[in-house]
Amino acid sequence: MSALTMTSRTTPAAERADWRPWLRRGVFYLALLAVWEGLARSGLWPGYLFPGPLTVLGALWDGLASGLFVRGALASLQRIVIGYLISLGIGTLLGLLLGRIRVLDETLGSLVMGLQALPSVCWLPLAILWLGLNERAILFVVVMGALFSITLGVESGVKNTPPHYVQAARNLGARGPALYTDVILPAALPAVLSGLKQGWSFAWRSLMAAELLYYTLSLGNLLQTGRDLNDAAQVMAVMVMIIAVGVAADQLVFTPLERRTRERWGLHR
Amino acid sequence: MSMLGALPWAVGRSKDRTQAGALNSASGLSLRLEDVSRVFSHHGQTVAALTSITLEVAAGEFVCLLGPSGCGKSTLLNLIAGLDTPTTGAIRVGGQPVEGPGTDRVLLFQEAALFPWLDVQRNVEFGLKQAGLPPQQRAAIARQWIERVNLTGFERHYVHQLSGGMRQRVAIARALAIDPAMLLMDEPFGALDALTRDRLHQELETLWAATRKTVIFVTHNVREAVALGDRVLVFSPRPGRIVGEFHIDLPRPRSLEDPGLVTRTAEVMAVLRAADADERAHGGRGR
Repeated sequence: MSALTMTSRTTPAAERADWRPWLRRGVFYLALLAVWEGLARSGLWPGYLFPGPLTVLGALWDGLASGLFVRGALASLQRIVIGYLISLGIGTLLGLLLGRIRVLDETLGSLVMGLQALPSVCWLPLAILWLGLNERAILFVVVMGALFSITLGVESGVKNTPPHYVQAARNLGARGPALYTDVILPAALPAVLSGLKQGWSFAWRSLMAAELLYYTLSLGNLLQTGRDLNDAAQVMAVMVMIIAVGVAADQLVFTPLERRTRERWGLHR
Repeated sequence: MSMLGALPWAVGRSKDRTQAGALNSASGLSLRLEDVSRVFSHHGQTVAALTSITLEVAAGEFVCLLGPSGCGKSTLLNLIAGLDTPTTGAIRVGGQPVEGPGTDRVLLFQEAALFPWLDVQRNVEFGLKQAGLPPQQRAAIARQWIERVNLTGFERHYVHQLSGGMRQRVAIARALAIDPAMLLMDEPFGALDALTRDRLHQELETLWAATRKTVIFVTHNVREAVALGDRVLVFSPRPGRIVGEFHIDLPRPRSLEDPGLVTRTAEVMAVLRAADADERAHGGRGR
């Protein structure tokens, strides 16, 4: 996928062939857009319900130019970053405890497993009852979305850490918290990363769901506004924004982090 | 040969002299095992891994523990390291009873156990960081040890970029950087090819001569034991016990082509074979 992972290992022939998937991908999307535009123009459905890609692009441009989408995206981003960081802190601590303390794993661990199965937007009614329909309720749902994935990721990473790392570290004088920060967590990182990534995507989904209900400017709420205005083009344009933010987080944060870890450890695909 | 000549290795590196002085301050400590045994119980069954080991190792001595796998050599190292406690008997290092692991005794394993998330430099710095040394000082000490194990230029390499022999060198540098009194080596070169192993034998001998650490070296390779040890102790399995002791007074540095070494290797081999035959004859029940 990236030039970096390709350089060391692949042959020149493989590099020459590398543009082909991109070509196929390009053709696929162009065809998809053409079919979409064709269907929109066919008159089968009214334009306000099924706009073509050009109309959606126009709506996207308007939204961006007016600053509405940008401010909405920033509001959503702020929430997810805060919520995610809270989850990261609690989840890491909880995962470490579950991974290292057997009694906790047998008791609390099973509860975490169960809660992981619950889509976090299911917490929203309770959050509203407890906290009111406000910023804190939204944040609560985001935290619940990421928390259990991160916890379970850290836990499995810690459990699968080869014991000889810990043994060597203790032998070299590592004690107490340093054993965790300098050895157990970094040793678990490759396994932890997938949990972090899953946590992010769950949190992002929960946030969008929660924002549908909460009337302040945000991406989720812009979807709802589009619906209220019978403006399918805006709804679709906001959907494009939501995908873009999700992909950007993946490409700018998680993929580089994963790649760096894999390269350091020598875990090539 | 004069050990003193090799000792002040930091002479001429005026910049680092003070640190180097502190670094090389601790030479080996003596080791004393009195009637040490270790019995493991597993699902109600007891297995004696070691029985009645009595052993005295002088400060700065290089002792090889030789025996087939399953003879409790690694158990003995873990006991000395303080990672395990003997069922009976007492272990003293430098006159002090062993109570848990300590940085005066560092274990080295066959798999090197380097940290893959750290580069060579930071691996060697690890123990120094745990000891609370400031970054500049530990970087300087690590650089010196990396140089002494002939890995200068590889400071920024990660573990997967190193060969097996280089990994063992890093592990040795990492252990010596924290200036232990004793190295406990558990078949550290077992997975290396013969040429690399021979080179590492020479390097280890040189480092040992210069630092005067006490070395307990576990191996099942007779030639390795004779090439390295001041003394070779032959172990018999199930339960592990010492069945032979050889003082190897060949001159150092030793050459593998030395006919004396070949002769001593044959002698040790004979005892090992006899122990093995005895073990087979008694079906491992000869308690």
